[in-house]
Amino acid sequence: MSKVKSLVELMKIKEQAIQNIKMRESGKRGKITVAMGTCGIAAGAKDTLKAIVEYLSELKIDDIAVVQSGCMGLCEVEPTIEVSLEGQEPIVYGHVTPENAKRIIQSHILEGKIVSDLMVKRGEV
Amino acid sequence: MTPITVLISVDSNSILLGAREFANYMKDLIKEFNLDPIVTVLETVSLGSYNGVVIHVLPDDVYYSVKSKEQVRKIVEEHLLKGRQVWDLMVNKELIRPAEKFEVKEVRIVTRNIGVIDPRNIEEYIARDGYFALSKALQMKPDEVIEEIKKSGLRGRGGAGFPTGLKWEFTAKAKADQKYIVCNADEGEPGTFKDRLIMEGDPHTVIEGMIIAGYAVGATKGYIYIRGEYYNSVENLRKAIQDAYEYGFLGENILGSGFSFDLTVRLGAGAYICGEETALLESIEGKSGRPRLKPPYPPQVGLFGKPTVINNVETIANVPQIILNGADWYKSIGTPNSPGTKVFCLVGDVNRRGMVELPMGVTVRQVLYGFGGGVRGGRELKMVQTGGLAGTFIGLDKLDTPLDYDSMKNHGVSLGSGVILAIDDSHCVVDIALNVMEFFRHESCGKCTPCREGTRIACEILERMTKFEGTAEDLDYLRKIAEVTADTSFCGLGQSINVPLLSLIDNFREEFLEHIEKTCRANVCKAVLKKPKVQTK
Ligand SMILES: Cc1cc2nc3c(=O)[nH]c(=O)nc-3n(C[C@H](O)[C@H](O)[C@H](O)COP(=O)(O)O)c2cc1C
Ligand code: SF4
Ligand code: FES
Repeated sequence: MSKVKSLVELMKIKEQAIQNIKMRESGKRGKITVAMGTCGIAAGAKDTLKAIVEYLSELKIDDIAVVQSGCMGLCEVEPTIEVSLEGQEPIVYGHVTPENAKRIIQSHILEGKIVSDLMVKRGEV
Repeated sequence: MTPITVLISVDSNSILLGAREFANYMKDLIKEFNLDPIVTVLETVSLGSYNGVVIHVLPDDVYYSVKSKEQVRKIVEEHLLKGRQVWDLMVNKELIRPAEKFEVKEVRIVTRNIGVIDPRNIEEYIARDGYFALSKALQMKPDEVIEEIKKSGLRGRGGAGFPTGLKWEFTAKAKADQKYIVCNADEGEPGTFKDRLIMEGDPHTVIEGMIIAGYAVGATKGYIYIRGEYYNSVENLRKAIQDAYEYGFLGENILGSGFSFDLTVRLGAGAYICGEETALLESIEGKSGRPRLKPPYPPQVGLFGKPTVINNVETIANVPQIILNGADWYKSIGTPNSPGTKVFCLVGDVNRRGMVELPMGVTVRQVLYGFGGGVRGGRELKMVQTGGLAGTFIGLDKLDTPLDYDSMKNHGVSLGSGVILAIDDSHCVVDIALNVMEFFRHESCGKCTPCREGTRIACEILERMTKFEGTAEDLDYLRKIAEVTADTSFCGLGQSINVPLLSLIDNFREEFLEHIEKTCRANVCKAVLKKPKVQTK
């Protein structure tokens, strides 16, 4: 049985989806988006994702959501992640190896300092 | 404050040129020479761009552009230590391009969700207005949908730029018991990867666009013909199709409209010719991928002999946004004859390679410098190929050409699938020509003689030239081969080999002639000594 049979139901799902996304991010201070496109994965994005999740839990940081997404086409500097903290401009980092991911978490998430040598883009993707 | 201040540009483009490394090196040198009491090195945001990293020395108000650590050292030793300005590294302040000049503003229509949503979660797509265009279209009459697409001026992004609304109209008007929508996701063009990123990052946009197309022309079945190596795209598309069925956007009686549509993914095996629309149809039918005679065109006689719309991934991905926001909105972006955006793939010798969506009419230079950050490693740009391997090679004089579907006609610069290949001065023109022709020789399906033999002969001539064995007659013959092959070939592959070849010969004729005189300015080609064969075990 299909879930959506009319525009009204579609709108309901949209509301619900927006709620769900908010829930996922509620009580969170921000999120890290890992670009998991083909070049991203080829460049090691899976290891980066793993390192981020592990390092966050090691540091007992639970107010940062980690999400996956497609890739914005910055092939040259994969793996890329976007760090967006509430009330701040999102920052895209490139060449995020597991080590660099730790540096970013340490500096950007914990100390609030942007890691400028890894930054490739500022503002909305 | 020290008496001398050195500002080093460390914006993101300069970083790619080595700015960070240069700055650190300079600081080390300052210490090494005990200059710290008189010199301060400051990193600053962009001072503008030149060929290298821009350095500004105050109070002398001298600008340098450096490309290597040796040059940094020279500035420290000469200018800072001995007070002698380094003339050969100096750049005129006026020549430094302000950073803003090339800044290009991304406009994201087909890439609006990429990197923003989780492509494997249909609800995130819905949260960003996903499937609202479908719902809206289903409340319009099919010919109103076609009218809207026609009015928007959307043209095919697969290379040829055919008006999409017209194609749909032809198919809608054709009488048949069954019609099809086919999405061309073969993406065989070397250097192109935009379709992959769209399907990977936002598969539902493609699905939604196809359902709308189906409704508009009266087709109830769709195929996505995708390159087999695109594992991630295939996986994401399959998941998305499954979810779309579950939510009732695919299948029977979609959103209670009475309209039904089914969608299947078909994998290609990686032959370039299978991207040609009729070869692609043959391939879906289970035959070997050889082009068909046109006319009749697919809107009349397409898949399994039925009327068929075949559109590129990027073309289809534009559809939901046009339906949702209207043709007038769409026409406000881009140029009058080519509304909307184009997704460009920037490859080759630039600092930042990758994909970017920009309004139609953006210039080659803007893409190259605004997005790409200029030529890599401080080398000189030699030429640019636009539009893919079957596209034009242009010299530096044409960098300011606006890219749209008229740029071929007006400026001899093709837009094609939107690849922009930057080539620096370490490459040889003849060698490039050989590479391009080898691709076409390899991918020629062999069905017709001019293409099969023409590409082979062109390769042979070019190979001779790279060995300094070519003659002036060879060059004339090469021209002729290109023209005859283009005139007499059966399909678009053979018909377009003249474009890259003639643009190379015409724009860089001197370098071809030099090879006849046995020199190669890029030092790529060498005379081959004819040695007796040495027996090896
Ligand atoms: C040799 C050859 C290869 C082609 N490869 C592709 C391709 O990989 N992807 C694509 O979308 N169109 C390709 N095309 C263009 C298609 O034949 C066709 O024009 C296109 O799919 C139409 O879609 P559009 O109107 O949306 O651009 C190719 C054409 C030729 C002659
Ligand atoms: S032009 Fe080339 S690719 Fe096209 S049918 Fe002839 S041999 Fe095949
Ligand atoms: S997938 Fe190519 S840039 Fe990320």
